[in-house]
Amino acid sequence: MGVIGQNEMLFLLQGLKWTLLLSAIGFIGGGIIGLVIALARTSAHSALRKTAAGYISIFQGTPLLMQLFVVYYGIGLLGFSIEAWVAVAIAFTLHASAFLGEIWRGGIQAIPKGQTEAANALGLHYVSRMKDVVLPQALKISLPATVGFLVQLIKGTSLAAIVGFIELARAGQIVSNQTYRPLLIFGIVGAIYFIICWPLSLYGGRLENRMAKAAR
Amino acid sequence: MNYVLDFSVVFEKMPDLLMAALATIGLALAGMSLALVIGVIGVAARTSNIRPLRAAVIAFVEVVRNTPFLVQIFFIFFALPMMGIRLNPTVTAIIALAINGGAYAIEIIRGGVDSIHKGQVEAGLALGLHKAQVFRLIVLKPALRAIYPSLTSQFVMLTLTTSVCTSIAAYELTSVAQIIESDTFRSFEVYFTITLMYLVISWMMMGLFALISRRFFSYPVR
Repeated sequence: MGVIGQNEMLFLLQGLKWTLLLSAIGFIGGGIIGLVIALARTSAHSALRKTAAGYISIFQGTPLLMQLFVVYYGIGLLGFSIEAWVAVAIAFTLHASAFLGEIWRGGIQAIPKGQTEAANALGLHYVSRMKDVVLPQALKISLPATVGFLVQLIKGTSLAAIVGFIELARAGQIVSNQTYRPLLIFGIVGAIYFIICWPLSLYGGRLENRMAKAAR
Repeated sequence: MNYVLDFSVVFEKMPDLLMAALATIGLALAGMSLALVIGVIGVAARTSNIRPLRAAVIAFVEVVRNTPFLVQIFFIFFALPMMGIRLNPTVTAIIALAINGGAYAIEIIRGGVDSIHKGQVEAGLALGLHKAQVFRLIVLKPALRAIYPSLTSQFVMLTLTTSVCTSIAAYELTSVAQIIESDTFRSFEVYFTITLMYLVISWMMMGLFALISRRFFSYPVR
């Protein structure tokens, strides 16, 4: 059995860097596209609504791992030669956009119709009605679910390991193969994920409780 | 680069893929059933008077919900042999799915039990119902109805999660696809096809769950 030294820990931390980076790219990119999806899903045009609904249900109905595989190999087929991390980042962005789009759709639809009608009556056009009236409230309502999804996304980046991308979980696999101490290594890797995800989960839970109390 | 899509290998291997899809459904069903058992026992322990037991359940739920399934399945895969338990990868995968799904089931079921007000139970008893009737009509059915949507969507998610079991080479759709892929190098064609198969499986499950819900839970609440 090998020893777990500084080098092994450093290797894991480098993997952690990629885990955090992938999560951040997926969350921010997915947030931007997700907003478009949510707006399309709640728009007045039925074609837009249906397209967005189809997009969401495809991503919610297939495993994240398959989404990674299809995007990863699909981009290669299109003739682009991009680095592995870009392909993986695109896959996580698309995945996050569908889930965030659905979460925010719920938030938008939870805002009473009267507000939209009032904004209309005041002569606000679509952009201002959304930006100044509906979205600030909708995003606030959706915050607990959004934080919950961020936790899902961080955990989900571990699947990039199966494609061979070296993030935290893959780094753990490599160190485990070198040192023959799988339980210790996967214990450490699990603990690192836990340290990142648990505070977020607690924060999301607190937000939810506070809102439930306010609603009563 | 001119790549020509060629799905012929996929059609050739279709019987293997369909068998593997059945295996995926079986894996998911086994995982779900055990997860439900863990969920019910967990909630009983979570509401018991024994404090260490309550704390253990809370810790279990938090640890499982805040670490990736991939890390959990690796940990279990290596931990079982060290405890002297040798199982084939597919059984190991079922255990991992049950533990993962069980933690979520505990949270969901607890929410359902909490949603029943004590006053309703007291009212039922005051009206002369038996304890068993109170449990069945006033506690169980409304609680089931309350947790049904989140529990079933959790089940669909668990079904999709089975694809991760390929990492320990359990017998299911994704691992069979990976074998076909490494034999034929038709990565995109193979993965695209099984993605569609997963989509069909999850849509079928959602449809079935909706049907059950309409049959058993479509009565007015107030």
